Amino acid sequence: MADTLLNVENVSKRFGGLLAVNKVSFNVAARGITALIGPNGAGKTTLFSIIAGSQAPDSGRILYDGSAVTGEPPHRLARRGIARTFQIVQPFVGLTVRENIAIGAHLSRRGRGEALAVAGEVARSVGLGAQLEATAATLTVAGRKRLELARALAISPRLLLLDEVLAGLNPSEIRDMIPVIRGIADKGITVLMTEHVMQAVMSLAGHVFVLAEGRVIAQGTPQQVAGDQRVVEAYLGHGAAKRMTTGVGHG
Amino acid sequence: MKTFLPIVLVVALLAAVPLFTTSNVVLNFLVTALLIALAGQGWNLLGGYGGQYSFGHAAFFGTAAYATAILQVRYGVNAWLGLFAGIAAGAVVGAVIGALTFRSGLRGSYFSLVTLAFAEVLRIIASVAPITGAGVGTLIPLDLHARAFQFQSRVPFYFIALALVALSLIVVRAIENSRFGAYLVAVRENEDAASALGVDAFSVKLCAITISAAITAAAGCFYAQYFLFIDAEIAYGPRISIDALLAPIVGGAGTVFGPLLGALVVKTLGEATKLIGADAPGLDLVIYGFLLVGVVGLAPRGIAGLVTAIFRSRVSGGSTLERSHG
Repeated sequence: MADTLLNVENVSKRFGGLLAVNKVSFNVAARGITALIGPNGAGKTTLFSIIAGSQAPDSGRILYDGSAVTGEPPHRLARRGIARTFQIVQPFVGLTVRENIAIGAHLSRRGRGEALAVAGEVARSVGLGAQLEATAATLTVAGRKRLELARALAISPRLLLLDEVLAGLNPSEIRDMIPVIRGIADKGITVLMTEHVMQAVMSLAGHVFVLAEGRVIAQGTPQQVAGDQRVVEAYLGHGAAKRMTTGVGHG
Repeated sequence: MKTFLPIVLVVALLAAVPLFTTSNVVLNFLVTALLIALAGQGWNLLGGYGGQYSFGHAAFFGTAAYATAILQVRYGVNAWLGLFAGIAAGAVVGAVIGALTFRSGLRGSYFSLVTLAFAEVLRIIASVAPITGAGVGTLIPLDLHARAFQFQSRVPFYFIALALVALSLIVVRAIENSRFGAYLVAVRENEDAASALGVDAFSVKLCAITISAAITAAAGCFYAQYFLFIDAEIAYGPRISIDALLAPIVGGAGTVFGPLLGALVVKTLGEATKLIGADAPGLDLVIYGFLLVGVVGLAPRGIAGLVTAIFRSRVSGGSTLERSHG
């Protein structure tokens, strides 16, 4: 068992009558890519925003690098080295790509010139080198996703939280994006991603946690999880796994 | 030094005006325009760069004007010291209003309305409190000496106003090229995204409103010395709040020269209306209203933004006119 960078311990969050996250615990190992998957409404986004500091949990705690960070505001988490991307991209639309990324680079660099220079390097590392001086408003969806990634990387994070960074991309754009994400992990940055695109999870993640109805129902390597009965049932409905294994076709 | 060159040129150009004319009408016009440019530059830092639209910059202007006047009249403090005390008082009011509103998470139009309310409350207090002279107002006794910050001629006043405007231009330009300036713009563009990148939005906004208030406060101090009289309506009335936001919006909010450019345009239009409309009271306000609607509708980045867009599209041949964040 490798040492862990992030521990989520017994985290719960209730919205009125809905228990969105129910005593969830899991650990994210330092380095490598961990994925958090689950059907719609499983509580992924809520859990994600709790980890990212956008919401406080009702109970439970989050440990980052051994210290409790539960309920800390996002800007403090960023200073600790936790970066995130938003599922619905949030570019600074009036600014250029370079200026967007420089906001992240400023975290550890006071000088404007230095931050802008670093922004250029980060942009090239995610394939935005050609659009440096274009305004963020002119970027395509794929471009904006890359910009999200670049801004987050510019704060030089240890932990990168990717919230459905592939959602809304077409298959060829996804194919282009996968090596970029793998490249980030290869640099030693720990990645925790939520993702709907299973093809990407299968090829990227080293460890997968499956969330359904607010609970962790399975975990393991992508292969182990994909073969797990409870996971199949969570996605396809009760009894689905049994019908599949007996191989009965009614049509 | 290259970033400050345009400021040096513009200020030098304006400084040359008294060489050609010392007409009181011209100088009075320019002094009031510079006064609005200064008050507007304060608004521009918070509203134009930070996206926090204040409708109550009179709170800072008025506090500074009263502080200068009251310190002189009631406590015998030197007028020049009063200038600094007034700026400090305006900055404190800015910090207090900022702490209260930003801490409670007021954004957008809620922030605007609350700032308006603060200015109105101060206006009502000033119109009844004995220390401000209540409804009578405060008159600074005539003492035409440089040491009392009073001058026979308008020329020294013109140069002092110009110096204050020059200083505000330099301050805003320096902020524009700093990390603080970048963070301020990021907060304007998207506060949540900025926070995720380590920007403490509350501190950035608090810092911005404090500097913003200090700049507008300088205009208030100058006003008190120039006209030697203030009352609650002049100090805290909506008129100065409107002037302070109209000038940068017309000139180009979020640009260094926007407030100065806008103040000159707005002031010229105001004078022109008086010439054609004779004595119809409030007609200039009607014109301001049309101007504001026109600018917001046709050129959301003001005159400066429009000029830049036209210039860019000429140079690149492409259309960059949509580079407005409106």
